[in-house]
Amino acid sequence: MNWISNYVRPKINSLFSRREVPENLWSKCGECGTMLFHRELSDNLNVCPNCEHHMSFKPRDRFKALFDDGLFFEVEVSDPTVDPLKFKDQKKYTDRLKTTTKVVGEKEAMLIAEGEIMRTPVIGACQDFSFMGGSMGMYVGNAIIAAAKRAIKLKRPLVLFSAAGGARMQEGILSLMQMPRTTVAVEMLREARLPYIVVLTHPTTGGVTASYAMLGDVHIAEPNALICFAGPRVIEQTIREKLPEGFQRAEYLLDHGMLDRVVHRKNIREELVSIIRMLTKQPRAIKADIAGPIDQKKQDQPVE
Amino acid sequence: MTNYLEFEKPLAEMYSKAEELRSLARDDKDLNVDDEIRSLEIKADKLLKSLYGNLTAWRKCQVARHPDRPHCKDYIENLFEEYIPLAGDRNFADDHAVMGGLARFGEHSLIVIGHEKGSDTKSRIERNFGMARPEGYRKAIRLMDLAHRFNLPVLTLVDTPGAYPGKGAEERGQSEAIARSTQKCLKIGVPLISVIIGEGGSGGAVAFATANKVAMLEHSIYSVISPEGCASILWKDSEKMREAAEALKLTAQDLKKLGVCDIIIPEPIGGAQRFKNEVIQAVGVTINEMLLEFKGLDSNTLIRDRREKYLSVGQKSFVA
Repeated sequence: MNWISNYVRPKINSLFSRREVPENLWSKCGECGTMLFHRELSDNLNVCPNCEHHMSFKPRDRFKALFDDGLFFEVEVSDPTVDPLKFKDQKKYTDRLKTTTKVVGEKEAMLIAEGEIMRTPVIGACQDFSFMGGSMGMYVGNAIIAAAKRAIKLKRPLVLFSAAGGARMQEGILSLMQMPRTTVAVEMLREARLPYIVVLTHPTTGGVTASYAMLGDVHIAEPNALICFAGPRVIEQTIREKLPEGFQRAEYLLDHGMLDRVVHRKNIREELVSIIRMLTKQPRAIKADIAGPIDQKKQDQPVE
Repeated sequence: MTNYLEFEKPLAEMYSKAEELRSLARDDKDLNVDDEIRSLEIKADKLLKSLYGNLTAWRKCQVARHPDRPHCKDYIENLFEEYIPLAGDRNFADDHAVMGGLARFGEHSLIVIGHEKGSDTKSRIERNFGMARPEGYRKAIRLMDLAHRFNLPVLTLVDTPGAYPGKGAEERGQSEAIARSTQKCLKIGVPLISVIIGEGGSGGAVAFATANKVAMLEHSIYSVISPEGCASILWKDSEKMREAAEALKLTAQDLKKLGVCDIIIPEPIGGAQRFKNEVIQAVGVTINEMLLEFKGLDSNTLIRDRREKYLSVGQKSFVA
C-alpha cells in the first residue's frame, strides 16, 4: 500500500490493485499439468505458455488487461434481496455466500466497468467463474441490466465476457427468471442500436448460454472453451455413448455455426476494437500510440 | 386401470379390498358386504382428502408428472372447435415433442404451442417424453411470428422435464434456440398467455412461458432444475430429492408468492389425473378470462407490460 491508494477514490482501483502477490505463487495448468509461476502466468494473461490453455481470468484482471492503461471505472449494480428462498442444502445459502465473498474478494459473480479499449469507449461486463461457478442469480441479472442501461446512457457498445456453470440453484425460480430478464436487457441494447458483443470463455453452460450469451450481435469465443446447454457428462449419461473429441468446445461450435470467431486472449482487444469501430462507423484505431497494459506494467515495475 | 403413486399405496390397498369384497358378494348372494364397502370407501375418501390437502413439494412433483394427467394433446382435442396443426421449423425437422398450430377457441382464433409428453410407450418415444430439441423451439418461434403478423393471441401449454440433453440437440444450437424463443416471447405484439399444466422444467419451460400472464394448475411445478438434479449437485446424493424439492420452492403456491405465477387453477381433490375433464374445462375457463383481459390492448402496451413484468420479478421484498 502507498499514499496513492488512500488518496485516489476507491472506485479508480484498477491501477493500484489490492492484491499484487497471490497466495499461491505457483499454479498448475489444468490442461497440461505444467507448474507455472504466478508472474509468468499473469504476464501471459493467464494463458498457459506451454499448451496455450486459457485459464480462468478474474474480472478485475481481465479488465486491467482489456482497458487502456488498465484503467476502468466500476458501474454500480443494485443489490437484490439476499437469499429470497431462505435456501439451505447441506449448508445455508447465506453462509455459502459469505464464505465465497471472503475467499474470492468480490461481492458477486459479475463485474461491470466502463473504460476504453484503444481509445474506443465501451461498457464491459465480466462474469467471475470463481464466484460460485459464475452462476447467474438475481445479482448477475441486475448487473447485466445495469450494464445495458449504462451503455444506452453513454451510447457505448457492451462487451460481455461470459463464464458460468448456469443458473444459481440456490435462488430457485428467481434464478431461472434471469433468463427473460437479461433477454430484456439485450433487447434494450438492440433497440438503441448499440453493438452487443459476447466473448464466451471457458466454461459457459446452462441457462447462461441459453439466454444472454447466445444473443450477441457477434459471438467470439476463447480457444477450447466449453460452451453448451447440457454438459457432456449429462449427455453421456442420457445417450450412453462416448462423445467425440472436442465436442462442445469453441472450435466445434464454430464449425457448427454457433460462433463467429475463436480468438486467442492476446488478440481479443484488437479484435474487439476492429469490430466495434467498423460496426459504429468510426475510423480505424491507430495502434502505435498506446501501450498495451502488459507493457505498461513492465514499465511500472521499478516503482513497486 | 388407475396408476397409483408411491404415496397413494394405502389408498390403492383400500380400493382393491373394496373391489375384492364386491367380487365376493357377486359370487355369494347371501353375503352382505355393503356396509363394509361403504366404510372402506369413506375411509379412502378421507385419506385421499388428507393426502391431497397437504401435498409436500416432492409429492407435488410426482403428481405433476403423473402419466394419467391430461396432456397438451388432451387440451387441444377438448378445448378447441377447430385445430390445424402446423409443423416444422423450415430448417431441419419437425419436433414431435412440441405441438403447435391454429386453433379456434370460442370467439377467438389463436396460435397454440405446447409440449406433449405422450401417453403410452410408443407415443412417449415419438414425443421424446416432452423434451424438445432445437427444432421445437424454432417451430415455436415461427408460430409466434405468424401470430404477431396476423394479430392472433398465443397460448402456450407447458409440460416438459426440460430441454433434451442429446448430441444432435447441442450440435444444432439448443442454447441459441432457447434464447431466441425467450426473446421472441418478449417481442411479439400480441397477448401471450401460458398455462403450466404439469412440469415446467427449466430453460425448456422459460422458452414458452415468458408470458403476459402465467397460470399454473394447483399441482403443477416450475423449477430451475429437477429436484433429483439439484439433490445430486448440492447434496451429492440424488436420493435427497425430497429436501431439494422443498428447498427449491417449485410449487404453484410458492411461485404465486414469489410473483412468478399469476393464477392458480384449482384441481379437484385427487388431482387432475383423476378428473381429466373437469380440469380441462377449468383450464378453458381461465384461458378465456385471460384472453378477455388482454383483448383490445395495443401491441406496444402488451410488449411493455411483459418486459416490465420480467424486469421487476423478484425485485420487491417478500417473505418466501
